[in-house]
Amino acid sequence: MAHNLGTSPDEVQFRFRDDEPVDHGTVTVDSALEQTNANAVRIEPGDDARLLLPFLDRLALVEVNFPSFGDGRGYSAARILREAGYAGELRAVGQVLIDQLSHMRRCGFDSFAPDKRLDEEDALRAFATWENVYQRAADRRATIADKRHEA
Amino acid sequence: MKILTGNDLRSGAVTWWNGTGWSLFVDDAVDVGDDAEEILAREEAARRVNVPYAIEATIDAGGHVRPAHIKDRVRALGPTVRRDLAVPTADKTGWDWVI
Amino acid sequence: MYKYDQYDQAMVDARVEEFRDQARRRLEGKLTEDQFKPLRLMNGLYLQLHAYMLRVAIPYGTLNSRQMEALADIAEKYDRGYGHFTTRQNIQYNWIKLEDAADILADLATVEMHAIQTSGNCIRNISADHFAGAAADEIIDPRPYAELMRQWSSFHPEFTYLPRKFKIAVIGSETDRAAMRLHDIGIRIVRRASDSGAEVGAQFFAGGGMGRTPMIAPLIRDFVPLDQLITYAEACLRVYNRYGRRDNKYKARIKILVHELGAAEYTRQVEEEFAHMLSVGVEPPHEELARIAEYFAPPAFVDGPKTLDRSDPDFALWVDRNTHRHKHDAYVSAVISLKPAGGIPGDATADQMRLMARLAKQYSFDELRVMHTQNVLLPHVRIADLHAVWTALEEAGLGSPNMDTIEDIIACPGLDYCSLANARSIPLAQRISERFAQSGRTEIVGELKLKISGCINACGHHHAGHIGILGVDKKGTENYQLSLGGSEAEDVSLAKITGPGFDEDGVIAAVEKVTDVYLAARADGERFLDTYRRIGMEPFKEALYGA
Repeated sequence: MAHNLGTSPDEVQFRFRDDEPVDHGTVTVDSALEQTNANAVRIEPGDDARLLLPFLDRLALVEVNFPSFGDGRGYSAARILREAGYAGELRAVGQVLIDQLSHMRRCGFDSFAPDKRLDEEDALRAFATWENVYQRAADRRATIADKRHEA
Repeated sequence: MKILTGNDLRSGAVTWWNGTGWSLFVDDAVDVGDDAEEILAREEAARRVNVPYAIEATIDAGGHVRPAHIKDRVRALGPTVRRDLAVPTADKTGWDWVI
Repeated sequence: MYKYDQYDQAMVDARVEEFRDQARRRLEGKLTEDQFKPLRLMNGLYLQLHAYMLRVAIPYGTLNSRQMEALADIAEKYDRGYGHFTTRQNIQYNWIKLEDAADILADLATVEMHAIQTSGNCIRNISADHFAGAAADEIIDPRPYAELMRQWSSFHPEFTYLPRKFKIAVIGSETDRAAMRLHDIGIRIVRRASDSGAEVGAQFFAGGGMGRTPMIAPLIRDFVPLDQLITYAEACLRVYNRYGRRDNKYKARIKILVHELGAAEYTRQVEEEFAHMLSVGVEPPHEELARIAEYFAPPAFVDGPKTLDRSDPDFALWVDRNTHRHKHDAYVSAVISLKPAGGIPGDATADQMRLMARLAKQYSFDELRVMHTQNVLLPHVRIADLHAVWTALEEAGLGSPNMDTIEDIIACPGLDYCSLANARSIPLAQRISERFAQSGRTEIVGELKLKISGCINACGHHHAGHIGILGVDKKGTENYQLSLGGSEAEDVSLAKITGPGFDEDGVIAAVEKVTDVYLAARADGERFLDTYRRIGMEPFKEALYGA
């Protein structure tokens, strides 16, 4: 059992949900496929998030690791889970930096556990950078085009 | 000899380590011997220079510092195709030697 | 031309403030250079040999006189009085200070311009046929689709940290004037017969590119309906973002993924993702395309003379060389050459930019285009006004009659400016154009596209040159490889290396020898490229290396 993976609720710096966080560690995607009771999983950049789709209803926490901020596969993983209806906590962990926060939020992340704590003021400014957006994404915000053509 | 070069963080200008600070003029560059790593780490951390690195160079008969690689010679003088934009006090004989 | 509404304006304004804050955090030490670099690159800011360089986006190469004037003002206020037009229809400034960069972006925003995603591992500025909306052979104006994609690709939350940069070009003619199939995604807008008459859609090509492993993009879908255009592009990008290689920077472009998977397998994965995306609903409302298209309605052309007085031979030569057939027969598109013999390809001074702006305002419905050949175009000039336009250009040193000739050289900035370069490109272009202009051979040789890159990244498109030159570093000295037979057009092909490289004098002599072989062998009406394709490499090799 690989229960030592992952971040604890204490390491979460920003969380945009009201439910109780999962209080134990995550398992790898491979383990999650074998363990029918696992409710917290950690996705690494090379993992296929779609392998989790059959089990989404039992998951309460998915961590997506960004070992390097320049590896953007985690953004696709996050959107894929949200597109499939995953409603649990989606946590960005690892090299999570100020200037990636707003895009991560748009891709469906609702909690953030950066490996180095971020300046609160800079982070809140970053979350609020985009008053409007061009693309439809996991946050389901009305886009600029939607607003232009509102009835 | 071994000299240090980089760019100024604010202006982007090419600079050369002169022993106490960063100069715009390649002729001010000094031999750093074995201290390159230490100076580079310290100066970059203090943001007195951006992406600095150590290079080989020689001093010619006229006392001018000549970087070994063509890229750093172009950096020392300016674009060869816009000599009107050369580093202001750059040694004008440098153009004979840059390529 | 497209005009920003309050939303577009708010987006670029927000971006300026975001970058101002990022630059502040860098100067305060809150961001390391490693962390800041991708952020500044996504705002077009490079650190080059002599200073920071700023690349400003000119979406699909289109700009108005006010924007061109703003580019001139920036050249004077923040740079050294000039700018450099690039092969992706952008402009770059070579002497920028980090502490000025946010102010420059703010100045750009006042004229609906920006530097968003002109670098970085993201979707770059969308390019298009520079004759869009003007060319007689155009089937459909590609600009509305390019603008739709500009908005979709700007600040895309999922595709900002791709394995590598991603370039998209859109055309709407059979003729390809945008090197479409040498892009990561090339799109041709097409019309096909359907039950309800003609239906417009998009052909998608994926996995083209130059660089160290040049590839021609294969067709991956013959027809994407217009109300699924963004969804299909999104599927293409998602497959690339998930499976493009990240272990080796030199194998990270989509061309390697498409090549390694095979076009059929890549296409299958895209189709699967596309089917899923259709169910998610990422396409903008279809009225958005109609809204954008209104901005590209043809200007109010008026009838006028269709012929002109050719008694001045210099003028007649310029007309023959530098004008292009227009869809309205009283108009032409006029190319402003930024390739004076002996000059720096693509460079323009602030005064020249202002003159081009004035001519656009007076004679071309206030429109200019930046061409991928590093020239500037007045898309809609009345034939009756051509002489006045030419006279003004001549006075400003912008009247060289050399479009598509050996003087119309594409050259990257090379080792004179670029930190990646191994050799200089500009001096070669200067010497070759000067030599051919002086000997009068330019006209004799006719169409010959010469393209020069100063390193393997191929910004100077050498793989696509009828003659290509690649600068390499040979034990610390500049050395140049010659290649023949490339084309970026609808007859796309990749050039082949002739053999061992040359020094600077040697490669210039080699270019002359190669044109000798062509002139001796050409059949009636053949361009250099046609002759090369007919007779093959051997006669050229013989002339270059034969005993």
